[in-house]
Amino acid sequence: MKQETMDTLLSVHELSVARGGLSILCDVSFDLFPGQALVLRGRNGIGKTTLLRCLAGLQPVLNGTIDVGADAIAYASHADGIKSMLSVAENLRFWAQVFGTTDIETALVAFDLVALRDRMAGTLSAGQKRRLSLARLVVSGRPIWALDEPTVSLDQASCLLFAQAVQTHLDAAGAAIIATHIDLGVNGQVLQLDPYAATSNTGVPSGFDEAFL
Amino acid sequence: MLEQKQKESTKKPMSIWEYANPTKFLRLSARLLPVLWICAATFIVGGLIWGFFFTPDDYRQGSTVKIIYLHVPSALMAINAWFMMLVSSLVWVVRRHHVSALAAKAAAPVGLVMTLIALLTGAIWGQPMWGTWWAWDPRLTSFLVLFLFYVGYIALWQAVDDSDAAADLTSILCLVGSVFAVLSRYAVNFWNQGLHQGASLSLDKEKNVADVFAYPLYMCMAGFILLFLALVFYRTGTEIRLRRIAALIARERRVI
Amino acid sequence: MRALLIRDLRLAMRAGGGFGLGLAFFLIVVVLVPFAVGPDTSALAVIAPGILWLGALLSCLLSLDRILALDWEDGSLDLLATSPLPLEAVMGVKAVVHWLTTGVPLVLAAPVLGILLNLPSQGIIWIMLSLGLGTPALSIIGVFGAALTVGFKRGGLLLSLLVMPLYVPTLIFGAEVARRGSQGMAVETPFVMLAGITAGSLALMPIACAAVVRVNLR
Repeated sequence: MKQETMDTLLSVHELSVARGGLSILCDVSFDLFPGQALVLRGRNGIGKTTLLRCLAGLQPVLNGTIDVGADAIAYASHADGIKSMLSVAENLRFWAQVFGTTDIETALVAFDLVALRDRMAGTLSAGQKRRLSLARLVVSGRPIWALDEPTVSLDQASCLLFAQAVQTHLDAAGAAIIATHIDLGVNGQVLQLDPYAATSNTGVPSGFDEAFL
Repeated sequence: MLEQKQKESTKKPMSIWEYANPTKFLRLSARLLPVLWICAATFIVGGLIWGFFFTPDDYRQGSTVKIIYLHVPSALMAINAWFMMLVSSLVWVVRRHHVSALAAKAAAPVGLVMTLIALLTGAIWGQPMWGTWWAWDPRLTSFLVLFLFYVGYIALWQAVDDSDAAADLTSILCLVGSVFAVLSRYAVNFWNQGLHQGASLSLDKEKNVADVFAYPLYMCMAGFILLFLALVFYRTGTEIRLRRIAALIARERRVI
Repeated sequence: MRALLIRDLRLAMRAGGGFGLGLAFFLIVVVLVPFAVGPDTSALAVIAPGILWLGALLSCLLSLDRILALDWEDGSLDLLATSPLPLEAVMGVKAVVHWLTTGVPLVLAAPVLGILLNLPSQGIIWIMLSLGLGTPALSIIGVFGAALTVGFKRGGLLLSLLVMPLYVPTLIFGAEVARRGSQGMAVETPFVMLAGITAGSLALMPIACAAVVRVNLR
């Protein structure tokens, strides 16, 4: 891990995160470089989602630091975030405008949505919705993708499409951090979160509010 | 070296934020509470007995005036409880001391009850004086609005599971609510003057209360302030212990 | 921000109910009042401004929980919070959309319903003006309430409970403008106060809304 000379996109140092007022992960550290994919693994409830939400800035961290450029992370949660009363193209174009980009064709092609572009998103199948949701990452134009179980309800062909899209993103000096259980076939490192699980003795910040933790 | 040491030793005991530490707070309140309870009881009982039995009847209102000894102190505390909640909400938002947020939570029901007492005694007083239980007098109306604010604030605390989130949400509600409560006060004043020219039903009696009535009133007010402090200290302690229990249970459950 | 505005307006139009529901509720409230208080036209004329304001306020209240709940359910609120748009602006846009879909139709419907209530003709212009000036405040305060309760299991009732006291000053000054206007009295003071509340709320409430949404998202 002597790659410090390269510019890290994301650097996490001794991060502890909490869910429901209880620390669940302690002292997680990793760096993410351009072109690198990091796969988060660990049993259910270990805190993969919480970690990703902290990285995305939705949740405050308990301890430690996250060094990341402003507006660098595109976050994709369990939920698709799709408006069923808008067409596929309208959904994508909206997010493109929000992120200040214009091109939605690349994303439509990458996730095989061209034929569906004028369909109402509400009439799509679960897997198709998922593809549309992932296509949003492409139009966001952000360097780091933070993905929470991205392959849920995707069939094998779609998983392959997704892996290709991630690879394209990595080749363009992007990076991805993915919480998943399946093998994507993307060359990347695996971060096993189980050893970082907080026990009753770790993650108790000594000091001021010790009576509450 | 010596200078530094001196600085530290003078700095540490001076900070009032020390008492935002829950264990320190509990220790302090354990020492303060007996004193507060006794003083509050003495002042309230003394003030009420003095006021009820050792003051002359008012030449105009007869003995009904004596409800003032409950009405005015509770009204005073109804407003000041909200003010205290505003201050401790601000402390929570700025400095994030849990005790501060819990103190605001603890004060809310006390303030609510004070508001209710003020409204009820106002109605009981208003019946013989004005011949009606309720008038849309600016003061009464503002207290009714204040009552609604208390209900909303407490309901929000109840509705949120995560206690930090609840503290954040209620603090912001308290800040925003305070602004709108002041606006409501002004609006209600304006609105009622619009209805009855020159507000004939004014509660402004304190201004010309004679000394003979005033001293027991001051005593009751002091008693209510002490009672409020005692209740808030007591309830904050309860809230701290509840938080502590919840944290312990949560930790216990994780050890598998 | 314009993209969000256009998207939300488009959604309101396509989903239906956005424009119509509040308006229908307003109509029903106003039509029911004469049945309750009696058909005496002179009595109705006196209370007409108050009824119209109360009806408008209730219709606003009815549509508040939809402002953020839909975005929260499908996860777009998370995504908006992580997007380059400042959350304050998102909240402001939400209020604008709510005003355009609820407030504006109410303002336009008020004269017609005013005639039903025998509102004097000079009152019609004042009810429109006061509603036009006051409903933006109702919308942004409503967004604050919706933001406070977003994601709650039974947030609807709590939302009304929290928002109602916050509506008191707007209601008092707004109804006062309409009442005084319809009786030919001077309206400057309540008018200025109403404008002040609206301006102040529009300027400051988005900050509170964004702060509250951030808390509720974590």
